[in-house]
Amino acid sequence: MSAVAEAEATQYLTFKLEDEMFALDISKVREVLEFSSVTKVPRTPEFMRGVINLRGSVVPVVDLRLKFGMTRTEKTVNTCVIIVEVSFENESMVLGALADSVQEVIELEPEKIEPAPNIGMQLRTDFIKGMGKRDEEFIIILDIDKIFTADELAFAQEASQSAS
Amino acid sequence: MIGEDDGLAAGREAFKEEAAELLAELETSLLELEENPTDEDLIGRVFRAMHTVKGSGAMFGFDDIAEFTHEVETAFDMVRMGKLAVSKELTNLTLRARDQIRTMIEASEGKTTVDHNVSKEIIDSLQVLTRGSSVSAAGQEPETETRKPSDSGDITHAVTYRIRFKPFADLFITGTNPILLINELRQMGNCMVVAQTDAIPHLEEFNPESCATYWDIILTTTHSSNAIKDVFIFVDDMCDIHVEVIDEEGEYDEDEGYMKLGQILAARGDVKIDELKKLLGKQKKVGEILVDAGIVDSGHIKSALAEQQHVKEVREQRQKSTDSAASIRVPSDRLDKLVDLVGELVTVQARLSQTAAIDAQAVLTSIAEEVERLTWELRDSMMSIRMLPIGTTFSKFKRLVRDLSIDLGKEIQMTTDGAETELDKTVIEKLNDPLVHIIRNSIDHGIEKPDVREAAGKPRMGTVHLSAGHAGANVLIKIEDDGAGLDKDRILKKAIDNGLIAPDAELSEKEIFGMIFAPGFSTAQTITNVSGRGVGMDVVKKNIDALRGLVEVKSKKGTGTTITLRLPLTLAIIDGLLVKIADEVFVIPLAVVEECVELTKKDIERTHGRHVSNVRGNLIPYIRLREHFLIDAEEPEMEQIVITEVEDKKVGFVVDYVIGEHQTVIKTLGRVFKDISGVSGATILGDGTVALIVDIPNLVRSVERHEPVAADTVGV
Amino acid sequence: MGKVIMTVDDSASVRQMVTFTLKGAGYTVVEAVDGKDALAKLGSTQINMMITDLNMPNLDGIGLIKGVRAMPAYKFIPIVMLTTESQDSKKQEGKSAGATGWIVKPFKPDQLLAVVKKVLG
Repeated sequence: MSAVAEAEATQYLTFKLEDEMFALDISKVREVLEFSSVTKVPRTPEFMRGVINLRGSVVPVVDLRLKFGMTRTEKTVNTCVIIVEVSFENESMVLGALADSVQEVIELEPEKIEPAPNIGMQLRTDFIKGMGKRDEEFIIILDIDKIFTADELAFAQEASQSAS
Repeated sequence: MIGEDDGLAAGREAFKEEAAELLAELETSLLELEENPTDEDLIGRVFRAMHTVKGSGAMFGFDDIAEFTHEVETAFDMVRMGKLAVSKELTNLTLRARDQIRTMIEASEGKTTVDHNVSKEIIDSLQVLTRGSSVSAAGQEPETETRKPSDSGDITHAVTYRIRFKPFADLFITGTNPILLINELRQMGNCMVVAQTDAIPHLEEFNPESCATYWDIILTTTHSSNAIKDVFIFVDDMCDIHVEVIDEEGEYDEDEGYMKLGQILAARGDVKIDELKKLLGKQKKVGEILVDAGIVDSGHIKSALAEQQHVKEVREQRQKSTDSAASIRVPSDRLDKLVDLVGELVTVQARLSQTAAIDAQAVLTSIAEEVERLTWELRDSMMSIRMLPIGTTFSKFKRLVRDLSIDLGKEIQMTTDGAETELDKTVIEKLNDPLVHIIRNSIDHGIEKPDVREAAGKPRMGTVHLSAGHAGANVLIKIEDDGAGLDKDRILKKAIDNGLIAPDAELSEKEIFGMIFAPGFSTAQTITNVSGRGVGMDVVKKNIDALRGLVEVKSKKGTGTTITLRLPLTLAIIDGLLVKIADEVFVIPLAVVEECVELTKKDIERTHGRHVSNVRGNLIPYIRLREHFLIDAEEPEMEQIVITEVEDKKVGFVVDYVIGEHQTVIKTLGRVFKDISGVSGATILGDGTVALIVDIPNLVRSVERHEPVAADTVGV
Repeated sequence: MGKVIMTVDDSASVRQMVTFTLKGAGYTVVEAVDGKDALAKLGSTQINMMITDLNMPNLDGIGLIKGVRAMPAYKFIPIVMLTTESQDSKKQEGKSAGATGWIVKPFKPDQLLAVVKKVLG
C-alpha cells in the first residue's frame, strides 16, 4: 500500500461483544446475517460454533467471545453473524463471526488509530490491529486474518487427540 | 492366441517330417519313372508328393518352398494331363528341385543357407521345358488364388437389402442346410426373414428330399452386396439369388415413410402394375384384394409387409441416431456450474416437499411431487452427461507400462477389463495420479525381473491387470499384478524403523498392508527413480479419500498383489439416510446402510454394556454416535441402530431415531474441518439448516483400532 | 455334445492342423489317410461332417464323395473339399459328386472354422 492510500480514512464495521466495542476493516466484511441456527461439528473446540448454510455454501462460524476468553454468545434478537473473507493458508476463505450486535460503519483516519498497549488488555495483542477512539469510547480494531491463521484453526488435531 | 501358435509350431514340425518322407519317396518314384516314363501311377505319385509339399508348406508358413514347388507341380500336372512327356531332362530337373526343397527345409532350421540362384535356375529351366513342349497348354494354369469371402470392401453406413433366396429342388443332395445360410445373414445385421411356402406341394406329392421353400430376407447391414453373395458362394449354381438395395442412408431419405405395399410387390415382380391398378378401385386393403383375386398368395403379402415395416424401423432408427450423433463440445466448467445449480435445485425441492407435507394442501402437494419428479430426472440426466468411460484412462497406462518395464529390464504386459465402465468425469480425472502410482509401484516393486520369475516357476512375462466394474452405487477398480507380493515382515520392520508404529504394536494383515500408504514409507531396498522415495503411495490414499473412496490391499507373497479402489459413481449427490441424535441431524450414506434395528435399554443390559447387538443371531458391534460426537444429552428410552456394511464388515451406529431418506447434495466442510474424524462433508436440509454426513468407513476403521474400549461403559 | 468331423488327407501335417484346429473349437475329430481308409472308418464311426482332400492315393476325394453320398446315412451331411486347385473344373467335379463346399489351400485355422461353421452350424 502506498503512503497516500495509508493516509486516507478507512471504513470500519463496529460491533459489540459483551459491552466492548470492536471493529473490522469493512473491506474484509462480505455481509451481515441474522443468527438463526448453527450445526455443531463434533470434536471441534467450543469456540467453533459450527456451520451454517450461506446460500448453498457451508460456512464455519466462530464464537469470537469464546475465542477472546469471554463467555459463550447467547442467542438474542440482536445476535448477528458477520461474514468475513480471510486469507487462510494463502487462499481466501469465508467465515462467519458471531457478534452480540452490529453497530454501524464508521470512518477512522489512520492517525486516530493507536497501537494496542502491551499490557492491560484481556485479549491477545497479536489479534489487535490497533485501538481507535470515538465519542470517548475505545474501539478495538481486530486483525481478522491473524485470528484465523492456520495455527489458530489447527484445533482438529488436538481435538481428536483429546477425545480419544 | 497361444493355442493357435502351439498348433502351428507342432504343425511345422509335422510338416518337416512329412516332407522328408515325401522327398525320399519322390526320389525313388523319379528314378523309377526314368525307367518307365509313361507309368501313370508313378506320375500320379510324383504329382501328389509335390502337391502335398506345396499345400502343407504354404499352410505352415514355408512360403518359399510352396512357391518353388508350385513350378514343379505345374510341370507334373501337365505330364498327368498328357500335355508334357517325361524326359530325362525333366526327371533331372525334378531331382535337382527335390534336393533344393530339402535344402530349403534344412535352411529353415538354420542348418544351411539357400542359394536362390539355384532355385531360379531350376525354375527357369522347368519353364522353358513346359512352354517349349506344349503349344496348346499356353504356359501355366491361371492361378486365381483363394477367393476369400467378403473382403470385397465393406461399407461404413447401413444399407438395407432385399434378398430372395430360391434354392433349386436338389439343394439338399450337396449337404447344404439353407437355414444355416439364413442364420449367417442374420448375423450380418438387422434381419427379417419370411419363408415362402406357396411352392410346397400337397402332402401326397411332397418329397422331403427336395427343397420347395424359398425365402425373402430384408437385411440392414454395413456389409456390401458382394459380402452377402459370398454367403451363398457354395450354392450359387444351385439357387436363384437376388440381392437388391432398397434403402441406403442418405439415398432415399427424402421419401416420407416407405413404399406402399402394392409398390413393393410390383417392385419385386410379384404383381403387375396394371393388375394392381385394376383392383385398386375397390375399398379393401391392397393385400386382401390381391389375395382374394388370387393374384398373389398371402406369403408374398406377408413378406412385402415385413419389408415395409423393416425399412420404416430402419429409417426411424437412423433418424434417432443422427440426432444423437450430433454432439457439441461444452467447456467443463459450464457443466460444473450446471451441477451446482442442480444441487441447489435438489435442496430447494426438498424444502418444497417438506413444506408441502406440513401444509397438506392438495394442490401444493401435487406441485411438490411434480417438482420432485422433474428434479430427479434432471439430476439423473445431469449426472449422465458427466459420465465418461474409464477406457481412455486405462489406455494411457499402456505406454507407461511399456516404457517403465523397458527402463527396468522387465517384461510386463498390461491387460484391461471393463474399459467401458462409466464414472463421473471428476472422479476419472482425480483417479489418474493414484493409478499412476499404484501401477508404477506394481512394476517397480511388485513384478520381478524375468530370470527371477523364471526361477520361481512363473512365466517370464509379468502381467498388470486393470479392471473396472460396477458394484452397487460404487465402481470397483482393481489393479492386479502377478509379482512377488507384499512382504509382511519387511513392511512391519520398516514401519517400526520409521517410527510409524510402536515396536510392540499388534497389527492385522490388513493394517500391515495399509502401512504402505502411510506418508514416508518405502520398502524398496534400493531407491529407484520410479517409485522408491516413499512418496506416491500416500498420495494414493489421500486422493482416494478425497473421492470418498476406499483402498483395499490383498497380497500373497510370491503370487502377487491386488489393490482395489472402491469409488462412488458420482461426487456431487448421494442418497442419504437422515438420522437424529438429540437436536442434531446427521446423514448416513444409504449405499452402506444394510438395515435399521431397535435398541432398547433392556438390550443394552442383556449384553452387559458391551457394544454388541444381536441381529438374528449375528453379533454386530456398534458405535454410539452420540458418544463419538460428544453430544451430551439424555438418550431416549429406545434408540435405533443403523447397520452398515463396509469392506465386508458389519458395524452398527446407534442414533436416537431414523428420520428417512434424503437426496443429499454433498458440500465440503472446507479446509478448516479437513481433519475432523467421522465427518466427511455436509449437506443442506429442506429447512435450510446444515446436516453433517457421517464418514462411516473412517469410523469403522477407528473402531477396529479401539475394539476393546467398548467394555468400560456400563457395569461389567 | 461335440459334433464329429472326419478329416481325410494323405498329408499328416494337414490332418494334424485340421484336427488341432477343430478340437480346439470343441469338435471331435476322426482322421483318415485316404478315401479308402475313410470309407472303411465310416462303417464303424458316426460322423456329422467330412473334410476331404481331393488328390489322394487309393481313392481320391471325388470318389470318396460319391461313395459317401451313396450311403443313406450320409446322403445329406456336409462335405467340404480341400483343394489347391482353384480351377473350376475340379471344383465342379467335386460339387456334382455332392460336395457342399470347398476350402482352397493354404488356409488359416480361422478360415477353416468359418467354413465348418457355415456348413455345419
